[in-house]
Amino acid sequence: MLRALFAELSPLATHRGWPRVAVDADTWRAIGEALREGKLDLLAEWGDAGAVHCALYEPATRGVQIATIAAHEGRAPSLAVFHAPASRLERALADLYGIEVVGLPDQRAWLDHGRWPVRAPLAAQPRPASASASPAYRFLEAQGPGLHQVPVGPVHAGIIEPGHFRFTASGETVVRLEERLGYTHKGIEKSIVGRSVNDAARLAARVSGDSTVAYSFAFARAIEAALDSSPPPRALWLRAVMAELERIANHLGDIGAICNDASFAMLHAECGILRERTLRACARAFGHRLMMDRIVPGGVTTDLTADGEKEIGALCTRLTREFPELIELYDNTASLQDRTVGTGIVSTRLAAAFAAPGYVGRASSRLFDARVHLPYPPYDVAPLEIAVRHEGDVDARVWVRILEVQRSVLWLQSALGALPGGPVRLALPAATAESTESTAVVEGFRGDILTYVRIGAGQLIERCHLRDPSWLSWPLLEAAIEGNILADFPLCNKSFNCSYSGHDL
Amino acid sequence: MRRRLFKNLVNAPCTEPVASAAHQTPDALGEALRGAVARRLGRSLQIREVDAGSCNGCELEIHALSNAFYDIERFGVRFVASPRHADLLLVTGPVTLNMREALERTYAATPAPKWVVAVGDCGAGCGVFEGSYACVGAVAQVVPVDLVIRGCPPTPAQLLQGLLWLLSQGDHAARKRPR
Repeated sequence: MLRALFAELSPLATHRGWPRVAVDADTWRAIGEALREGKLDLLAEWGDAGAVHCALYEPATRGVQIATIAAHEGRAPSLAVFHAPASRLERALADLYGIEVVGLPDQRAWLDHGRWPVRAPLAAQPRPASASASPAYRFLEAQGPGLHQVPVGPVHAGIIEPGHFRFTASGETVVRLEERLGYTHKGIEKSIVGRSVNDAARLAARVSGDSTVAYSFAFARAIEAALDSSPPPRALWLRAVMAELERIANHLGDIGAICNDASFAMLHAECGILRERTLRACARAFGHRLMMDRIVPGGVTTDLTADGEKEIGALCTRLTREFPELIELYDNTASLQDRTVGTGIVSTRLAAAFAAPGYVGRASSRLFDARVHLPYPPYDVAPLEIAVRHEGDVDARVWVRILEVQRSVLWLQSALGALPGGPVRLALPAATAESTESTAVVEGFRGDILTYVRIGAGQLIERCHLRDPSWLSWPLLEAAIEGNILADFPLCNKSFNCSYSGHDL
Repeated sequence: MRRRLFKNLVNAPCTEPVASAAHQTPDALGEALRGAVARRLGRSLQIREVDAGSCNGCELEIHALSNAFYDIERFGVRFVASPRHADLLLVTGPVTLNMREALERTYAATPAPKWVVAVGDCGAGCGVFEGSYACVGAVAQVVPVDLVIRGCPPTPAQLLQGLLWLLSQGDHAARKRPR
């Protein structure tokens, strides 16, 4: 499909790595139809100065293609009119760039709540916002006898991020959930413009704190590709060691939290202990519990000492010994299984259509993991086995995460014996006269993080787009909860654990 | 499960003592505050956490306070689900414009006497997001702040130290108490 659509077009020389082509309205439409027919996956869609880009993945060939359509007079045609998963991406780019997306079925603002001092903040000329420009948000309607609405948030009951959920329920049963996000929008994509590579890396590391390693990894890969530079081999391996530790820590925390939402506090406590041990091992090995700012363009800032290596080895041994007991407990507790099995089902069809990221996709038969399907060093020479389930319920998502913890531990154990020596950081090459760009995909614990960067004169960032996996899993949560009882929402929500900050950016 | 429970009976607890937390000042905004919290609440502090636009890093470490290693409940500190049950708001993030009103309303819903602790470098002063069109900045620009715990993110040990400092009976307060 990618060949049929793009073989005639010549890729732009400025874009390194996967090809980027400029397309016309007819090809854009053909892309929309291919997405609708399920021949291609939409990885991302984002705005730029006078243009809209999309990143496409073809499962059959494992090919990636970036396509760009110019926004003539501030107007560009919609993909969402063919392919619903593009809807929020297009609403966001309309908010940020002021581009009118022609045909976009849902024209409501998404990230812009009418509270910023400017409209279209990323446009060449942002417009000042008028004081009265914050109309009430119009939620979608649900009609029927005896329906009632339950508004939740933005401040939630737990220690979690802010967002608003509007439930329409019939008795206990959820008829419709509509999410409203954007509360944690920090304007990162604007702040990052004009920054040096190192300053920009600090911002990229703070898009979503729980995925700080994965974001730094993705950002560094995009920068290095754009500058035609390659970090030393040891750095590549240390990056993956950190990424797997981050995955283990997050999965452990979430498996426990899911059990807690099913009122099984004991597993929460036990998983909490293992998570804390993981974070402490990270702190001793890399000097920071979340390993923030450890991965930078050019390599990593902290080398792993022999002692650090022993810490991680000891952690792996402990996890190998203790985690199976907890899995057994999860699997053999009827009251817990009663809550998780058959709850919050995401159909295989929807998971495929939305290119559902990470464990949300893999629990619903979607065979995709960037470490395997778009392999990057060191996973290209040290592959992992990916975990897939078919039931699509909370239980399946828990199981995918259990398996991923175990496989990451195995991967770490074999990697620790095989770490190459040498330096861990190299200077980036000097700036080129013309701007260069690249796109990278890295598998975070939540799924694939896509990063596009364009870097110009003086090595300053011209444009950087960071697409969190949650963009594609948030809408599926709305589908998963339909027909379930309201009381199961926290359980479903936790089993997705979508990022608010990563999505709102 | 029985096997696991039995094991936990004979294993040593994970919970760690907090060494001299009460004697260290995290970031003093006022010695008076310490005495006031202790006088009013004794060893009971109910906290409502408010994410006002953080990256979620601070939330992860605040969560960790409840794990078996830090076990913050042993000090009488509890996280509650509503500001109406809270004595103290623990606020993170560079306060986004989209969260400003929610933070103000949460503060208004908290009954007096109430205290606010700003957590993290963002809550302390906007952090790396300084200058963004979408952020207000420090928590103190939106609601009155009594204590700041810095860090990106602060470790659970730092958070615990800050909160215990608030609860501790300073020498100063103890001397003034009538016998």
